[in-house]
Amino acid sequence: MSGEVIGVWIGAILTLGIFSFLYKDNPFYKFSEALFVGISAGYWFVVTFWQYFVPKFWDNLALAYSELLTKGRVDYHWIYLLGGFFGVLMLLRLVPKIGWLSRWSLAFIVGTTAGLQFTRYLESNGIRQVVGTIKPLLVSGNMNATIGNIIIVVGTFCGLIYFFFSKEHKGAFGGAARVGIWFIMITFGAFFGYTVMSRMSLLIGRMDYLFGIWLGLY
Amino acid sequence: MNETTNQEKKTFWEKLLSIDRRIIFLFIAVAISVPLFFKTSLDMPVSPVVQEVYNAIDKLRAGSKVLVSFDYDPSSMPELQPMAESFFRQCFRKNLKVIIMGLWPQGPLQANIALEQVFKDEDIKAKNLQYGIDYVNLGFTAGNEVVIDRMGHDFRESYPADSRGTPLSEIPLMKGVRNYDNIDLILNLSAGYPGTMEWVQYAVDVFHVKLAAGNTAVQAPSMYPYIQTGQLAGVLGGMKGGAEYEIAIKNPAKAVSYMFSQAIAHAVICFFIIIGNIAFFSLRKKKTS
Repeated sequence: MSGEVIGVWIGAILTLGIFSFLYKDNPFYKFSEALFVGISAGYWFVVTFWQYFVPKFWDNLALAYSELLTKGRVDYHWIYLLGGFFGVLMLLRLVPKIGWLSRWSLAFIVGTTAGLQFTRYLESNGIRQVVGTIKPLLVSGNMNATIGNIIIVVGTFCGLIYFFFSKEHKGAFGGAARVGIWFIMITFGAFFGYTVMSRMSLLIGRMDYLFGIWLGLY
Repeated sequence: MNETTNQEKKTFWEKLLSIDRRIIFLFIAVAISVPLFFKTSLDMPVSPVVQEVYNAIDKLRAGSKVLVSFDYDPSSMPELQPMAESFFRQCFRKNLKVIIMGLWPQGPLQANIALEQVFKDEDIKAKNLQYGIDYVNLGFTAGNEVVIDRMGHDFRESYPADSRGTPLSEIPLMKGVRNYDNIDLILNLSAGYPGTMEWVQYAVDVFHVKLAAGNTAVQAPSMYPYIQTGQLAGVLGGMKGGAEYEIAIKNPAKAVSYMFSQAIAHAVICFFIIIGNIAFFSLRKKKTS
């Protein structure tokens, strides 16, 4: 029996183990779940070590060391020591007495991420989207575009009205808010429909694995 | 007699509302599994957003360079792998040069699986495609959106070598490729973070590259606003997007065959939603009366 066949059998048995939870909780499911969690943790530890720690930290420090030996100076690779220092601070969470030092690393991560994301998010998901909703309500000779533009403008405007809570939702204002909630509900419906399709796709993939690859029934 | 019938009806609806969830699971399992045995292909029109992806690639001249980022892992294979295979088919048939990369550690491995599948096609096998000349796999590098940003300046800042350890300067395909200016189109196959949103934010809006995307269905609705603003050329949304793309390239394969199961499963879900609502409203009417 080849390694590939053994792999397929293990995959199929563990898939059935996870599916068995749909009937009720049982030791077979618990074993499959524990195995999945354990292997995932081990896998990600190895990936993190070889794909992040070694190439991004260790190799760069080695470069810095070789620069020091050959040129007598280090150009910029010393900066990775700073990253290593913050990494060590993060691990200090394991020492309760000085665990507070890990907040420095977290503050650095949160600060740089916020700074990096702010401008990009504002432009791509804010300003560009606002610009995208400023549309002519009448496109001559193109009825589809006209209807589409009206829907976009009305939907955006009424959706925003719904989230304006400083004024009571009454009269024309309330009517616009009600239209807004309809647009929001239709959006949620679209998201839900797509999510159902996504989950069904995963199930189809597993069923295809069981019946097609494992059992070879078709 | 009427009273007895009403009593039976009430009991029926109540029973229906408290149906064991395992029965519904069973219905879904059957609805998904049985159609897999019938090799039925549903005839479906290609939606404009999918057609745009096809057109964006189809317009490129032979020898154009396309970059594809595999930002997903095996858990999203049923949705995204058919898109990857179709993309490779279209590119290789058009003699485009394909540069593969990944922001997810397992992404470039998914690319290898897709390539292995595509190389079984007779017409593609006949082209005798060479690694490093017709396609190259740069592999994974850590850094998420920072990788995208640095590649905008110089690919070598993020990828000094390909996944086999060959320096980019020694790879024929990478000669003349410095940054996004030398790439004609980017396709991002994404299942989450980092993914299409990051490519839009850091590649499209900063370096003005042309980007198309293939997404899991969960993500797809969030991507459609980018099409309207011109930030995305087109989107392949979930399994249906993959199936439509297979039809567009005239190579119906896995996604198309899966869509029959998908359709039957959706019909069963709709049936249960309708039945559940009828039961709920009839019971509520009974209670209020």
